[in-house]
Amino acid sequence: MRTIDMATTPLRDLNSTLQAAAASGEGQWEIVNPKGSHAVAVGLDGPIAVTIKGSTGYYCAGMNKAAKIHVTGSVGPGVAENMMSGHVIIEGDASQYAGATGHGGLLVIKGNASSRCGISMKGIDIVVHGNIGHMSAFMAQSGNLVVLGDAGDALGDSLYEARLFVRGSVKSLGADCVEKEMRPEHVEILRDLLDRSGAEAKPEEFKRYGSARQLYNFHVDNAGAY
Amino acid sequence: MEMTMCGIVGLFLKKEDLRPRLGDLLTDMLITMTDRGPDSAGIAIYGDEAPGLKMTIQSETPDETFAGLGDALTVAVGAPVPLRVADTHAVLILPEGTEAAARAFMTEKGIRVMGTGHAMEIFKEVGLPKDVAARFGVRGMGGSHGIGHTRMATESAVTTLGAHPFSTGDDQCLVHNGSLSNHNHLRRSLTQKGFPPSTENDTEVAACYISSRLAEGASLGEALEGTLDDLDGFFTFVVGTKTGFGVVRDPIACKPAVMAETDDYVAFGSEYRAFANLPGIEDARVWEPEPATVYFWER
Repeated sequence: MRTIDMATTPLRDLNSTLQAAAASGEGQWEIVNPKGSHAVAVGLDGPIAVTIKGSTGYYCAGMNKAAKIHVTGSVGPGVAENMMSGHVIIEGDASQYAGATGHGGLLVIKGNASSRCGISMKGIDIVVHGNIGHMSAFMAQSGNLVVLGDAGDALGDSLYEARLFVRGSVKSLGADCVEKEMRPEHVEILRDLLDRSGAEAKPEEFKRYGSARQLYNFHVDNAGAY
Repeated sequence: MEMTMCGIVGLFLKKEDLRPRLGDLLTDMLITMTDRGPDSAGIAIYGDEAPGLKMTIQSETPDETFAGLGDALTVAVGAPVPLRVADTHAVLILPEGTEAAARAFMTEKGIRVMGTGHAMEIFKEVGLPKDVAARFGVRGMGGSHGIGHTRMATESAVTTLGAHPFSTGDDQCLVHNGSLSNHNHLRRSLTQKGFPPSTENDTEVAACYISSRLAEGASLGEALEGTLDDLDGFFTFVVGTKTGFGVVRDPIACKPAVMAETDDYVAFGSEYRAFANLPGIEDARVWEPEPATVYFWER
């Protein structure tokens, strides 16, 4: 375990060190005194483990690939934005657009996530132990968003093929988002995600929401409009 | 005044112990928000109640304007007026019944009145937050609560009067991150009600709106609820009154906001960074205020 103190190490040096470590393979790192700094532990491209002791600002763990990043506090807007793979765990809350545009990997938020969680997600799995805010999973294309608490307004507006699982209430569904049947394969996907994210919940307690496929499908009747 | 960035900080103490450190804590919070607003900065601070009405004034030429001002005012209002100069600002303590005469004096001399109140003093200037705070000696100020703002002006001039906080009533102040779209309409109706904004700034309209609601007898919470119905646009507002501190965000809530609460204080910041040096922040409850939800504390 190596420790980097952000009270004495500039952000660029921190990220360069972590990126070099990620490129060369494994290792365990601990970051102390983040004090809400932006862009901590971004662009890591290898299987290292990073624990950030405290809270971070914007864009923590952005563009992550293969690394396991654990934040013991809360994170600001855009955590794990565009994650490709790997595992990001937030013990506290996450601000706006957590996991936005993520292509893969697993993002676990043990507190609440605010608005626009999983916006335009493209294959990432996101598990939120608490609640999520409005406009979450807007234009979400693929992957799974699991919420143990409640969802805010306009969940899944203009949704493509991402799966949304919510245990609590949904304030309102967005355009073209509907409740769907929970089939055995969905229970299995959910069970695996709950298991991997340390969530104490049963798949049977959730409802599934998905696209009604009325907005994004091409209808030949509309050909004249193009 | 469209603002895409800007930083807001606020600190409301629940206990007396931290009172002497209020200015120091707020200054640290303000400086962390420099990246969000390097053009100008301002702070409203609720200190000890004065034996009269505090009037904070500002002059572009403080050396000339403030020299002999106390004596001239004493003559003008017919009673001694204590005066404390802080850089381009001065805080006067007006004996009861002399406010109108003092305002007439300021108008005649072309001196700007930044705000009035029994507890509130207000300081704002163009410049980096650390420099602005140092010029006014904010670190040395004690008090019960305070609100600060760092401004990045995007569509209008960087001036003292365009800086926040705005004060449009005794002991009332407001800071804003965002932009309002129906402020011209509101400006007319507020003017008719007797709360005319004095600048073209959209934020001042919001401040006048809250002042008008409070004057009608609304509580701080009710006045803030009213902003959700009557104001259109993007906003995160942080508002102070003599005994209260409130926060509200518009329903879309794209302007950042985070809050922290301990047994000792409630804090607001545009970013968590603003809290990093607050005592006991490791154990504070930290959360993001919900959209279209009013939060307020009264002592």
